Amino acid sequence: MTTTTAVSAGPTDFETKLDMYKMQVALRQFETRAYDLFLENLVKGTSHLSLGQEAIAAGFATAMQKTDWTFATYRGHAHTLARGVPMTPVLAELLGRSNGLMAGKGGSMHLTSVEHGVMGSYAIIGAHLPIACGAAWSAQYRGTDQVAVCFFGDGSVNIGAFHEALNFAAVWKLPVVFVCENNLWMEYTRTSDVTAVANPAADRAAAYGLESIIVDGNDADAVYDVASAAIARARAGEGPSMIEATTYRHGGHSRADPGKYRPDAEVAEWLAKDPLPRYRARLLESGATEEQLSAIEAEVAAEVDLATEEAKAGGVPGEDLLMKDVWANGGSAWRN
Amino acid sequence: MAQLTFREAIARGIAQEMRRDESVVFLGEDIGAAGGVFKGTVGLLDEFGPVRVRDTPISEQAILGAAMGAAMTGLRPIAEIMFADFFAVCWDIVVNEIAKSRYMTNGQVTFPLVIRSGNGGGLRFGAQHSQSVENWAMMIPGLKVVVPSNATDVIGLMAASIRDDDPVIFLEAKALYSTKMDVPDGEIVDTLGSAKVLRKGSDATLVSLGYMVPRALAAAEELAASGIDCTVIDVRSLVPLDTQTILREVSATGRLFTVEENPRLCGWGGELSSIVSEEIFYDLDGPVVRITTPHIPLPAADALEDMAIPSVERVVTTVTKSMNS
Repeated sequence: MTTTTAVSAGPTDFETKLDMYKMQVALRQFETRAYDLFLENLVKGTSHLSLGQEAIAAGFATAMQKTDWTFATYRGHAHTLARGVPMTPVLAELLGRSNGLMAGKGGSMHLTSVEHGVMGSYAIIGAHLPIACGAAWSAQYRGTDQVAVCFFGDGSVNIGAFHEALNFAAVWKLPVVFVCENNLWMEYTRTSDVTAVANPAADRAAAYGLESIIVDGNDADAVYDVASAAIARARAGEGPSMIEATTYRHGGHSRADPGKYRPDAEVAEWLAKDPLPRYRARLLESGATEEQLSAIEAEVAAEVDLATEEAKAGGVPGEDLLMKDVWANGGSAWRN
Repeated sequence: MAQLTFREAIARGIAQEMRRDESVVFLGEDIGAAGGVFKGTVGLLDEFGPVRVRDTPISEQAILGAAMGAAMTGLRPIAEIMFADFFAVCWDIVVNEIAKSRYMTNGQVTFPLVIRSGNGGGLRFGAQHSQSVENWAMMIPGLKVVVPSNATDVIGLMAASIRDDDPVIFLEAKALYSTKMDVPDGEIVDTLGSAKVLRKGSDATLVSLGYMVPRALAAAEELAASGIDCTVIDVRSLVPLDTQTILREVSATGRLFTVEENPRLCGWGGELSSIVSEEIFYDLDGPVVRITTPHIPLPAADALEDMAIPSVERVVTTVTKSMNS
């Protein structure tokens, strides 16, 4: 069944709430800097920003254990950073530098940091849902309590792999949590124009027998709550869940898209629901001081500046990388 | 030594590896309770149980995605894609995900997995259940491609593929499933990237793969009777490719004939022809000749299918004509 949640208690201790605020600020400032560096022609290729969607990454990452796995899409900067990957290698990867997270071999759309549980960012719509099932199967088989959390956009709900993965996860009762970041727009097309049901992920998931929850994706506390519950269910062997988190991207689909197809009134409505000022106001109401929050914001700004400097200072990837690591032995030979 | 069919060898090879390594798991459609639609996995569910031998829905993307996710988190999965034609519905997972992720992540992940599949024609199944897809897989950086031609090789190459830390596409010629041979007792472990010289001759070298290997051998016997003495090579693995053995044997006879089941364009023989002409051109005494299925979808009727796939007779005729011209 599909449940719509309105509760937003969030983490019980205040320090964690402050950390969750800092994480959202970091994601916001990082993505803003990534966009600035694109305008300077330093970020090459394409990039897909999570501006406006930070509360989902922050809420989930806070609810996850270190050994849990994240599977992200090409809109994956936020999910990668939220798991604790430092800013410098992520930014350097966007800049194609040798100190990048993957030394420049993956780029913006494929951020991966296995040591942080970030098992990849996947650029083919829907493909990583079955892959997350595989990691969950591995945890189930090996008897660990790891959970795979798989993030994707509302554009993924109409592709075959989505449907195969949901059924597969349900019949194998896998410890996987699917998270649809429903930002209402599938690239340049309104999702409701091309989708036959009102809640594109939750309605389908309910039909496949998954626990389905719709949550305000611009409320980090609410996201944290549903994430904690779904992850706990998965960890306890009670099977997969689908969380549809409603949100809005502040910018276009990718770097070249100004997002002009969206009505001004809609954009204004959602900017008013920006997760950051909302969370900031809530913290102030709960006893945080203006100085405390300003200090967090300044600390993050210094981190982003430092990461920018370090990323820019990174070298050009060497030719030695070109033929490396096609195979597990480190090489690329296909013949003797 | 026991006589074993090609199909029985599949189950024996998988069982051999599942016994020695708990991380080896097996998933696919009808592989467990049904024992495989080609009866290639009979007995595995009984011996290893439903946790290690898991039947799946008809969801090829889910099967291969699950194999990938499991491989990158500590298991060594074997996945079955029932007919190789079905790779077309899950090719994204193979090509964009499994083959590329190690390189893209600068070596952070490895994919010790095997995807085994019934490949090729000869069973009158028509165009959607008869394709030889070895060339689809061969052209993708990051995939190893193994094609055994007999029961002993099935076991040894299966073991080598499962133990390999890279993704292996393991293609089983459906037309060979019922062929039998004496197979040694005990553990059999082979080596990927090693071609086998099955017959030594002095006039021409026939290079063949999978279903075409017994036909190349039979053709060589007939050709010998008419005075053309052929070397026959079983390539066994397209990636890695044992070019040293092939180049040595082609240099020795001065002639190369490839015998390929795949349709003409971009078949593995084209790559081999290119390597031979680049590297041992001056050892050749005549043109490289490719004997392939024509560039057509495979027809269903037995008469038509037999015209399409290279036969012993076509190999004999083509080699004879070329050697005498």
